[in-house]
Amino acid sequence: MTRIDVGSVLRNSANLPYRNLVTRSTGAAVRQCIELELAALPADETATLDFSQIGMMDFSCADEIVAKLLLDPPHGAPARTCGLVIFHGITDHHLEAIEDVLHHHGLAMVVHFADGGARLVGAVNDDERLMWELVYATGGTTVQALATRAGRAHTDTEQILELLHSRHLVRHAEQGYHPLGSLH
Amino acid sequence: MTAVIIVPPSLDDKGFEHVLEQLASQPDDAKIIVDARHCTFGTPYGLTAMLTLGQTRAQKATFLPPIDGNVSTYWSRAGFFRYAEELFDIQGSVPRVRSTDEGDKLLGITPIAAAADVHLVVERIAEQARHILTTRLKLEPRAQMGFTMALSETVQNIVDHAGHAGWVMAQAYQYRQRLAGRWVAEIVVCDPGMGFRRSLEMGNRRPITDRWGDGLALETALIQGVSRFPDAGRGQGLKGTRGYIGRRNGMLTIRSGTARIGLIPTWDDSVPLQENLPYFPGAQLRVIIPGELAGGTP
Repeated sequence: MTRIDVGSVLRNSANLPYRNLVTRSTGAAVRQCIELELAALPADETATLDFSQIGMMDFSCADEIVAKLLLDPPHGAPARTCGLVIFHGITDHHLEAIEDVLHHHGLAMVVHFADGGARLVGAVNDDERLMWELVYATGGTTVQALATRAGRAHTDTEQILELLHSRHLVRHAEQGYHPLGSLH
Repeated sequence: MTAVIIVPPSLDDKGFEHVLEQLASQPDDAKIIVDARHCTFGTPYGLTAMLTLGQTRAQKATFLPPIDGNVSTYWSRAGFFRYAEELFDIQGSVPRVRSTDEGDKLLGITPIAAAADVHLVVERIAEQARHILTTRLKLEPRAQMGFTMALSETVQNIVDHAGHAGWVMAQAYQYRQRLAGRWVAEIVVCDPGMGFRRSLEMGNRRPITDRWGDGLALETALIQGVSRFPDAGRGQGLKGTRGYIGRRNGMLTIRSGTARIGLIPTWDDSVPLQENLPYFPGAQLRVIIPGELAGGTP
């Protein structure tokens, strides 16, 4: 898994001598640098964006960086080369802005914590959240096993999992569905 | 002929309206004298709006500073005269102070012209304001962060929309006229730029209606979240700031052109929308965030 230190991108690649992600122009400069790094990765690679060196993030930067990286590219733009992104080092200092823009765009993202825990943040319904939590609790398994644990029909379960997969919140593998960042 | 504009004893948002009423009949290039000699009180809004007035004059206005030494010392500490000297022809002496005593000032008057200035004020607030926001307003870290974000977004409004340099000031104080003297933090952002109506018109975001004017432009931007930029994510800053202010039971007012709109909490009796005010260019934005009550209720 590739790790991109957003603090380092801000200061070095975007060449902006700050600790905070504020202003739309700063956000756009940082996102463009991140997109270049993501474009160099293999298509099935998962990238971790590490925000632990970022002090605060305002709404404009959250929209410019987080939302635009998660949104599908506009019609006519090149397809994303790296579809799977997880977020690390997110604190309460960032969440106020991030949650707001995710809900605005109907997006969700996976946040990994230093202790190995993970959380789904953004616009998800109860069914999606429950299924996502089961995928993470099991470390990944078959649709049938997840359906049994959720007490739901196989087709229902598969539909929800496919939706999570299309939103880049779980991985699809031969044996079923897996958390982002897992090896299988 | 030179017109004399009398600054009322209280140079706050209401006092500044009296200044604008007197100014309404004067063309931009008329010679004016702004007489603040008998002013005894100036708020962040009054001071930054006064500098904005200085920016709008084609012919440099004469400015008579307050006679009361305490008042003019406070204005000096806030940074008013430092910038006023460039915008007005100041008659009389003004106190020179070393700005070592920050008091309850969160951020002295700071000019804003570019994105780098937004970074500067955010970093300054992070360094200077934490103690006041924690001990006086008793804001928990997430609420403090929201305050800084509100500051960042409102200041960005100048960079993204005004097309002209403006000013920001932030201060904490006990609000004796309202809220039973509770501590509040106030942010004021003023510019003499194009204002909300022209900004929306330039982006072809004007709604199709006969009611179009400054009042509807403010409603369109603040209530409907419409930005002059067509991207789906634009307008998030003001919308997010509005959400934060609502959650904190705070107040937001924006004056632009001939109208003022407000998100007015129950503790204030201002009118949500005022139209047909004396024209003043640009946008003048004011945010008030109350501190916590005992027990954690905003």
